[in-house]
Amino acid sequence: MFPSSLPRDPDAPKRLSWAMVAVVALWPLLQLAEFNPAALLDARNLKVMRGFVSQFFPPELSTEFLALLARATVETLAMATAGIALALLLAAPLGLLLAHSLSLSRIGPGPGRGRGEVLRALARLLLLALRGIPELVWALLLVRAFGLGPAAGVLALALTYGGMLGKVYAEILESGDTRPARALLETGSGRLMAFFYGLLPSTAQELASYTVYRWECAVRASVIMGFVGAGGLGQLMDQSMKMLNGGEVSAILMIFLLLVLLADKISLTLRKALA
Amino acid sequence: MSFRLVAAGLVHANGQRALRKVSLAARRGERIAVIGPSGAGKTSLLRILATSIRPTEGQVEVLDLYPWQLNGAQLRQLRSRIGLIHQAPPIPPRQRAITAILAGRLGQWPWWKALLSLLYPLDIAGPRQQLARLDLADRLFERCDRLSGGQLQRVGAARVLYQQPDLLLADEPVSAMDPALADLTVNQLHAEAASRGATLVASLHAVDLALRWFPRVVGLKAGEILFDLPPVKISDPMLRDLYASETGPLPTQDHQPLEFGPAGSRGPKSRITVVPPHPL
Repeated sequence: MFPSSLPRDPDAPKRLSWAMVAVVALWPLLQLAEFNPAALLDARNLKVMRGFVSQFFPPELSTEFLALLARATVETLAMATAGIALALLLAAPLGLLLAHSLSLSRIGPGPGRGRGEVLRALARLLLLALRGIPELVWALLLVRAFGLGPAAGVLALALTYGGMLGKVYAEILESGDTRPARALLETGSGRLMAFFYGLLPSTAQELASYTVYRWECAVRASVIMGFVGAGGLGQLMDQSMKMLNGGEVSAILMIFLLLVLLADKISLTLRKALA
Repeated sequence: MSFRLVAAGLVHANGQRALRKVSLAARRGERIAVIGPSGAGKTSLLRILATSIRPTEGQVEVLDLYPWQLNGAQLRQLRSRIGLIHQAPPIPPRQRAITAILAGRLGQWPWWKALLSLLYPLDIAGPRQQLARLDLADRLFERCDRLSGGQLQRVGAARVLYQQPDLLLADEPVSAMDPALADLTVNQLHAEAASRGATLVASLHAVDLALRWFPRVVGLKAGEILFDLPPVKISDPMLRDLYASETGPLPTQDHQPLEFGPAGSRGPKSRITVVPPHPL
């Protein structure tokens, strides 16, 4: 027992009530999502799942199919990479504009404070709209303009991922040590140079790894857009599934795993190079 | 006039008062030391002069301009003429010393020059010369996270020397250096100010350094100016009052007791040999 003279942790009741709020809020959500783990172990369901998975073996490895697979992989990679590149063009300026750590008018506060806040609010709204609409919806919309094919998918990726990247870039630039950038702004540097000389050295690793992670997500997203006619691995998978060819599906899934592994490797290498 | 504060006061956002009715002015080329216990408002005073914070009361005029009445472009222009050496150098750890020093001129360079310098430093002689003055030329291409605290502080000083500001401010610029290096660095700050007619204001933790080097010493306590005198007129009781210590030692370099000779025997540069800058 503690001696009674010791003060109690004054924050304990607050922590307890937060934990209770979390449980009370989460339970109905699980109910709404029809989450029922017991269904996984039901004998009948297990049999159906076993039957489904067993179709996956052996994976289809004929030269003919592998050639098709290689072509589709390149298409998917091209779509994801082009999408991320375009997204960067959108996200980099908006992220720089949003980051408070690069705000000149906040020092003091100085002149142009009102205009700066309005600009920032507009940029935030734009990013919100871009990432609020799923890439699939953008793709369906853009297919009307560009017709079927990868172009609509690339643009859809650029818009949604531009929104996500811009928001997270701004947040990365605000976390960590922002004093170097502020000190540069205080000696008359512009905000772009304050970024390059004051913030980039300490945030490059994080910016790079988040960008590569988003590239990995873009690979998956471009697969989904393949289902709606954008080509690449998604389209191939769509056909294989319609023909109930489990071997082809499992071969495609293995390519997915390899691509994620590749993204991981790139991320690690970049982080090491920037350390 | 290099700067003028009229009844300047500062209250932080959390309600804590940092400065109260501070009036202080300096002509171009003056060299002033600011001393006082920690929490006296030395850093706040310097940051107001650096136009990095705005006083909540009173007036501030820097290099013949009222900074908080300027537009954005004019304020940037003014800031590029003010250099502040921070106590903890605001330099990203992964940055190389040369890049950190080149950053001192970002306010003066066109953007393309600043960008190109990230690919290949467009000026190597300049940063090298400033580091050489502070006896650190051999670390020019070293990453800053491989430098010691005192070395990093000298890189921070070299950046501001490279900037060549008209108003040279220094916030405890030698707090991480041994006495010999501290003397060398303060000497170089004086040499820089003298050679270009710039004004120098430095806050110092070590009283002996302030009294020995500066023709004008300002004592700051609890946000107010206690005295503003040449060192020969500053007496032991004034210093004890400033640091509120009746018997304890006054803060000096290496904790050596402060020597009090007859009035007039103490003054700028009376006891040190000026170290010439290194040959380039």
